Amino acid sequence: MIPAHGGRLINRIAQGEQREELLAAAKNAPSLTLNAREVSDLEMIAIGAMSPLEGFMGSADLDSVVKNCRLANGVVWPLPVTLSSKGGSFAAGGLIKLEDESGALLGVLQLEETYAYDKDTEAQGALGTTDDKHPGKQYLNGLEGDYLAGPVWLLEMPKHAFANDYRLTPRETRVLFKHKGWKTVVAFQTRNPIHRAHEYLTKCALEIVDGLLIHPLVGETKSDDIPAEVRMKCYTTLLDGYYPKDRVALAVYPQAMRYAGPREAIFHALLRKNYGCTHFIVGRDHAGVGDYYGTYDAQEIFGQFTTEEIGITPLMFEHSFWDKVAGAMASNKTAAATKPEDKVFLSGTKVREMLSNGERPPVEFTRPEVADILIDSMASKASV
Amino acid sequence: MKDPKVTVKIPRPLYERIQQVITDSGFSSATDFIVFVLRDLVGDRALEKTDPEAGVARNNFTNDELAEIRRKLENLGYL
Repeated sequence: MIPAHGGRLINRIAQGEQREELLAAAKNAPSLTLNAREVSDLEMIAIGAMSPLEGFMGSADLDSVVKNCRLANGVVWPLPVTLSSKGGSFAAGGLIKLEDESGALLGVLQLEETYAYDKDTEAQGALGTTDDKHPGKQYLNGLEGDYLAGPVWLLEMPKHAFANDYRLTPRETRVLFKHKGWKTVVAFQTRNPIHRAHEYLTKCALEIVDGLLIHPLVGETKSDDIPAEVRMKCYTTLLDGYYPKDRVALAVYPQAMRYAGPREAIFHALLRKNYGCTHFIVGRDHAGVGDYYGTYDAQEIFGQFTTEEIGITPLMFEHSFWDKVAGAMASNKTAAATKPEDKVFLSGTKVREMLSNGERPPVEFTRPEVADILIDSMASKASV
Repeated sequence: MKDPKVTVKIPRPLYERIQQVITDSGFSSATDFIVFVLRDLVGDRALEKTDPEAGVARNNFTNDELAEIRRKLENLGYL
């Protein structure tokens, strides 16, 4: 099976005697409340999804990531994974209890370094912009104090309100793939409902590999994205009706969205390698937001690295749609249609408008069952 | 019954350095810190003996853990 990024699947979940020792050692340690992104990062580090990271980044790694898209040891790593002090002051070398916003103890960090880093430099390197309207820059602007770095141990899994059955760790997906006998597995990252265009991409990919992992991101997203609970209903309904049951698995991916476009595409791919996937779908404007990134920037960035450095194979797809001339799904590479009116594609704004009016988009764009779930969701939201 | 603990000798300068390191760390003694670090290191070594088929450590799962993973995957209809 494909090795984890950096060569070894990390496990920072403290169990048994180690957990008891940590709880005792941290009894009088100071506490730090993590924000939603930090909670999901802690979980993902601990379960090995962010291998080879074993904790929150120090200054050497962060600086190298921002400037070179690599950890200080040279391993490709595109995005910062940092912990903010929230203005608190902590003793070097000591343990810090990591808590969620409800005060629940999740884990501990052994503090190796406290450091400041320029937000504009970080934003320019990681996001490609310092524009304060970018959601990633807004996140940075909202952080207080220095960064805290060091290895972490997870003591309790964060509590989640939904999809708990579908929360599979990299160890668990690897067991699944092994049991299924899937030598090659393609991962599909999404933060949206799956419309016909995405269904087409996943099925094209499945034609050349053994298995498909639908792996929706369910960590923190923008407030105007479709809620993950609603999306999960769409995914399960679509999979029940339109996919081969023995070659597709659905599991959730707890990362918080960065909206970092090309760099986040690399990030999403490397982390899916840790889950045991061998291929990764990269569509148009992957992980993009607004007009900060070019339509295919997230595909072109893979060319900056060698195949061995990335390890997982990206499958690049062009913009796809229903081709009225051919009577089939197609992309610009395969369509018979040449006129825009022969290509069924709706903008996100138009789809939202139709759904909020209780109107199903064309069946060539969205499966009716999926449209109905989204219409119900919008109606419930409007009635609150 | 054998004493469940054994004595291991380490260089005194290293011991004194560890005592400095654990000041305000939450560890109540150098022994606690050393046991913790060694357990972490030994755990890491175990992880390196990976199952090439699954990409995870052979001895990284107890029978109970493996049964729990199988139950979870069965409940999802995947096994």
